[in-house]
Amino acid sequence: MQKKQKIKLIRMVLSGFLFILGATLPLPALGSLILLMASYLIAGYDTLWTAIVNICHGQVFDENFLMALATIGAIGLRDYKEAVFVMLFYLVGTIFEEYAVNKSRGSISELMDLRPDYANLLRDGKEQQVDPYEVAIGDIILIKPGERVPLDGTVIEGCSTLDTSALTGESLPQDVETGQAIFSGCVNLSGVLKLEVSSEFDDSTVAKILDMVENAGSKKAKVEKFITKFARYYTPVVVIVAVLLAVLPPLLVSGQNFSEWISRALTFLVISCPCALVISVPLAFFGGVGGASKSGILVKGSNYLEALANVDTVIFDKTGTLTTGTFKVSQVQAETRSSKELLELAAYVESYSDHPISLSIKEAFGNPLDKSRVSDTEEIAGKGIKAVIDGQTVYAGNSRLMQDLGLESLPANEAATLVHLAVKQQPSGAVNTEYLGYVAITDTVKADAAGAIKGLKQEGVSTTVMLTGDRKAVAEKVAQEIGLDEFHGELLPGDKVALAEQIIGAKTSKGNVIFVGDGINDAPVLARADIGVAMGGLGSQAAIEAADIVIMDDQPSKLSMIMKIARRTLSISKQNVIFALGIKAIVLTLGALGMASMWAAVFADVGVAVICILNSMRALSTKKTAVSVFAPEEKQIRVA
Amino acid sequence: MKRSFKLSELDCANCAAKMETAINKLDPVDSATINFMSQRLTLEAADDKFDEAVDLAQKAISKVERGCKIVR
Repeated sequence: MQKKQKIKLIRMVLSGFLFILGATLPLPALGSLILLMASYLIAGYDTLWTAIVNICHGQVFDENFLMALATIGAIGLRDYKEAVFVMLFYLVGTIFEEYAVNKSRGSISELMDLRPDYANLLRDGKEQQVDPYEVAIGDIILIKPGERVPLDGTVIEGCSTLDTSALTGESLPQDVETGQAIFSGCVNLSGVLKLEVSSEFDDSTVAKILDMVENAGSKKAKVEKFITKFARYYTPVVVIVAVLLAVLPPLLVSGQNFSEWISRALTFLVISCPCALVISVPLAFFGGVGGASKSGILVKGSNYLEALANVDTVIFDKTGTLTTGTFKVSQVQAETRSSKELLELAAYVESYSDHPISLSIKEAFGNPLDKSRVSDTEEIAGKGIKAVIDGQTVYAGNSRLMQDLGLESLPANEAATLVHLAVKQQPSGAVNTEYLGYVAITDTVKADAAGAIKGLKQEGVSTTVMLTGDRKAVAEKVAQEIGLDEFHGELLPGDKVALAEQIIGAKTSKGNVIFVGDGINDAPVLARADIGVAMGGLGSQAAIEAADIVIMDDQPSKLSMIMKIARRTLSISKQNVIFALGIKAIVLTLGALGMASMWAAVFADVGVAVICILNSMRALSTKKTAVSVFAPEEKQIRVA
Repeated sequence: MKRSFKLSELDCANCAAKMETAINKLDPVDSATINFMSQRLTLEAADDKFDEAVDLAQKAISKVERGCKIVR
């Protein structure tokens, strides 16, 4: 590439020099003709040659051919200077165009620079550099400081900090230690890590992301389809008009000479290349998709960016989307025993469960559990769990479970998930069931959730809705806290799809409906919405597969950011279309009237292309769309 | 099977569009997209016809832009 460009530059200088000499020196006609022709050939020999080769391949409306025809035509009309200048300017234009394309390719590949080149495979105690493709599941690899994590896996030795910015846009390094799962594409910053590989390269996070971004171009936006289709007809039409322009006026109108009209027709030929058009739109979208992924948002196709520019309803899932999905015990209400005892019992009943709620109770209890004290753990579907602890049967569950036991549970005025506890004792044959109290568990609202909703409103979203399977009181609390328009609680997974359908069916405007979920359990809704957005895609393959857009870190505020990027991208692509078509239309009209020279025509061709490329690159920059950082600490939902 | 290839010396956006149309018309090819910016060809074809598809795609590409090669 470098060498090719250098040669072009040398040709440009040489040809330009000869052109100036030929055009200005007071030489005899033949002398200046020789200089000009030398200049012409130096600037255009490859164009001429490619034109000939492509004609043999049946590529008639090829830009090289059109350029060759236009300039040879000009020579035929003895407009030598014009012919040379057009060829020279065309060369200059392509140099600029290539430079601009390379530059933008460079900045894009920089941000796509996720692909790991090698993995340090440990086999029989020996370290060996191999292609990431050759590593199998269960192999052990070594990641040294400064290296990119080549495959997904679990750390089995060592601790370090990881730079995940390429995946999430998050600039704060993340600490990792033994036992933790890490994702390919991150960069290891400090210590040496030994990793047990958990997926083959093709299934790894980095491969999926690269695949997605690289294939984003295959789902084309409407503007993009329009312009490609337009370009296909544009060239033949302009060429046919050029032919008519050359032939008809001189034949039909008396007093018109051929050479004048042929020269106008040649101007047409120069403008007929659709390159500026073809490059203007896809490039803007590519920049937009690239800019989004730089901020940790993956977009699966230009069409989604286009759709995002016009959204009026956003439906959220609650847990894991607006809330962190990490539960915390917020209150322990004990009736007869101490709070600590109640929490201890709760922790033991739930000791065998991995449910997030159980985990939160165990975390709140804090002490290690002596599992020999627990036996006969049994789940009571939809209601709770029971287990025998130190010889007594303990029940933990919702108020329905307490009803079944014939107990009255304390009224719940707390907007939280409640786990009621009861104990059944049989000291001397008589059954004695006693209500003990409850443990209240709250989810944490994400720090930027309220800001995210505000941001969406600013972007023109009219309705924000939250769907959740959680209790109505909890839903209401969250909805109020972050300022949602609508909420629906106590939904079963099937209800969510039905409700989403209803919302999509009920809307009257043309705006799109976004569904935002965490990609777990809500794949049908993600698919049903106009745009499905999955949160926290990092590590969740299912989310990456099911959604149209993946927000790699967990921030809902990225939604308004991606909408901003989408709108900007769309407007840049429209600017390009209008600009490219406008300039071409103006120059075509002026050309037909004999008021535009070939010089203007060359500008309308390559000049416009270069300007469109430069304009498109603005879509890549996300500085202007960056969101402010919200309070870093997570807020807890609390009821006074 | 679906695979993506790097294209070397893909210089003109309109050519990329032409190549894409031409490759999609090839018999063994199920679908093909060319991304001008990332210089990548993504080709989908039946497993047993894949090599043939790639060869034909290369021919179609060469017809449009001489220097452009599929990097295998």
